[in-house]
Amino acid sequence: MQDHLLVAEAIRCSVGDRVLFSELSLVVRPGDRVEIRGPNGSGKSTLLRCLVGLHEPDSGAVDRTADGVYVGHRSGICGRMTPIENLRWFAGIANASANDESLATALIRVGLGPARHELCDSLSAGQQRRVSLARLLVGPTPLWILDEPLTALDDDGRDLLGDLLAAHCSTGGAAVCATHQVLSAAPGARATRTVALGT
Amino acid sequence: MGWIKRTFHRTGSPRWFFAGSRAWVIGLYAVGASLIAVGSVWGLGFVPPERLQGNSVRILFIHAPAAHLAEAIYVAIAIAGFVFLVWRMKMADMLIEAAAPIGFVVTVLALATGIIWGIPTWGTGWVWDARTVSTLLLAFLFFGLVALRQAIGRPDRASRAVALLALVGVVNIPIIKYSVEWFTTLHQPPSIVIGEKPAIAPVFLMPLAVNVLGFYCFVAGVVIAALRARIVEREGGAQWLHDWISKS
Amino acid sequence: MRLFVAQFRRDLLVAVRSRSDAANPLVFFVLATVLLGLGGGANLAPGAIWVLALFANVLAVEGVFRRDHDDGTLEQLLIHAQPLFPAVMGKLAAHWALSGAPVAVLSPVAAIMLTGTTSGIGVLVLTLCIGTPALTLLGAIGSALTVATGRGGLLVAILVLPFYVPVLIFGASASTAAVSGDPVAFQLLALSALLAGCLTAAPFAVGKALAISQEY
Repeated sequence: MQDHLLVAEAIRCSVGDRVLFSELSLVVRPGDRVEIRGPNGSGKSTLLRCLVGLHEPDSGAVDRTADGVYVGHRSGICGRMTPIENLRWFAGIANASANDESLATALIRVGLGPARHELCDSLSAGQQRRVSLARLLVGPTPLWILDEPLTALDDDGRDLLGDLLAAHCSTGGAAVCATHQVLSAAPGARATRTVALGT
Repeated sequence: MGWIKRTFHRTGSPRWFFAGSRAWVIGLYAVGASLIAVGSVWGLGFVPPERLQGNSVRILFIHAPAAHLAEAIYVAIAIAGFVFLVWRMKMADMLIEAAAPIGFVVTVLALATGIIWGIPTWGTGWVWDARTVSTLLLAFLFFGLVALRQAIGRPDRASRAVALLALVGVVNIPIIKYSVEWFTTLHQPPSIVIGEKPAIAPVFLMPLAVNVLGFYCFVAGVVIAALRARIVEREGGAQWLHDWISKS
Repeated sequence: MRLFVAQFRRDLLVAVRSRSDAANPLVFFVLATVLLGLGGGANLAPGAIWVLALFANVLAVEGVFRRDHDDGTLEQLLIHAQPLFPAVMGKLAAHWALSGAPVAVLSPVAAIMLTGTTSGIGVLVLTLCIGTPALTLLGAIGSALTVATGRGGLLVAILVLPFYVPVLIFGASASTAAVSGDPVAFQLLALSALLAGCLTAAPFAVGKALAISQEY
């Protein structure tokens, strides 16, 4: 197993003249759960997008040994397809060796067993969020990058994510997560480190 | 080799450029304006009328430099786009932003003078001539650069998109020109008796050269002045700018 | 190839699920043919059909990335599709199969309606088959550049129509020459060269533009 999953070195991001953060360094190792905190507009989302490779920082470098699975503000699921079709497409582009059976297992795990053949357009916001979370379970991806993953989730969903995180981090995975809320009472889901922005 | 790197970095620094460019603007304006004055007076007043075109040949002393310059501006923008995409040099982006509307105006000037020249010479204002059509398309390319930047709104997000568009444009320009040339040789309207390009007599060449040079200098001055305005706009909050303003 | 297939199949599936959207380019083409016939008469040059196909193309390609940007599948694609090239090609191939190809197939009908002759129809279809994929590839660049602005429309048309000029010139010229039985080999070769250039270069520009569009 690699020593680290992600290294961000002295990255700096700005919007116009306003510097969101600079000289920010971060090493994520297996088992880590890093929490990004900060008020609205402090650059949490921008930082996560830097880490996953969607945004190029003004300076500094991000080195990922593996692709991270990213769950962001936009669901990343197409409403004209069913949950299982969405996951099938995702497995296809992410080069994950997943058959329909394992995809169905992932959907059952996030509580979408009965709804997995309905069009995502007809699902509720919380159910759609669960489809996004099911992406985390497609193929063994050690790095999870989650931007406000609790949006639209109910209490049950919150506990579910806590359990998923605990299981993930105890088996050599790691997560970087921006959230306003405490995730779960599950001990394995608590942050091992916190990065505070906007201070 | 050290000085090349140093010059590159200095030119890339808005602060250094802003301080050093004022004299350049004044100098380029002065040289450009006097060259244009000399060339135009020479061309309008002292050159004999052309054998076939008569006095209307004189508008070419404005038209040809403008048409020439328009393409040069687009190439400069594309080079700046490349520099910006590779090295993320902020000045290159500001140069694109400053030069694109100027390029548009120069292209429209070339088109307008071309039409005015065409009415007596070709008997019509518009002919599907290769250079006319490519110049018109060039005007749209300039317009696209400005429109895309405005549509995206936020300057830091727009800059890379505009730079990429400029690069795509410069790759396409030769293809567009070639295809339009091919098209017009196929459909050459019979009304054209004189092309625009038959060997220019030396008596016309000298004032034309003076004007081309003058246009280059003057428009370079305008571009640098516009670039300075962009710097003030983007770096409005910077301390060095406040210091500079309170000093002068 | 795996990426190409995954993206191609997915986009066809989505298109089948939203049938009327997928049919829009073709319906526009037919409608515009009728309008042009009413406004311009029935003895037009085949070049007119090329202009209609071109407009149908730019209107269709303008939104090719819109839905994917809005629902976030575009950012997932950018994160995971390595390399991006085949995925972009798969997406554009699916798009062309539902916009350019049906227009090419239906163009003989438009040709009969507008030009009043059946001669040279084979060449018209052939030029459209070679030319419209090139248009889709070029148009996708403009579409990708504007996808994050939320308003493509006319802006995309202004950005990419100048780039469409060479394709239009050779395509329309070949179709017109074919009616009178003139040789068309050069135009067809030029069109093929344009298509080859677009196939190799445009997807990279599209990928770069998409990456820029997802920057925060």
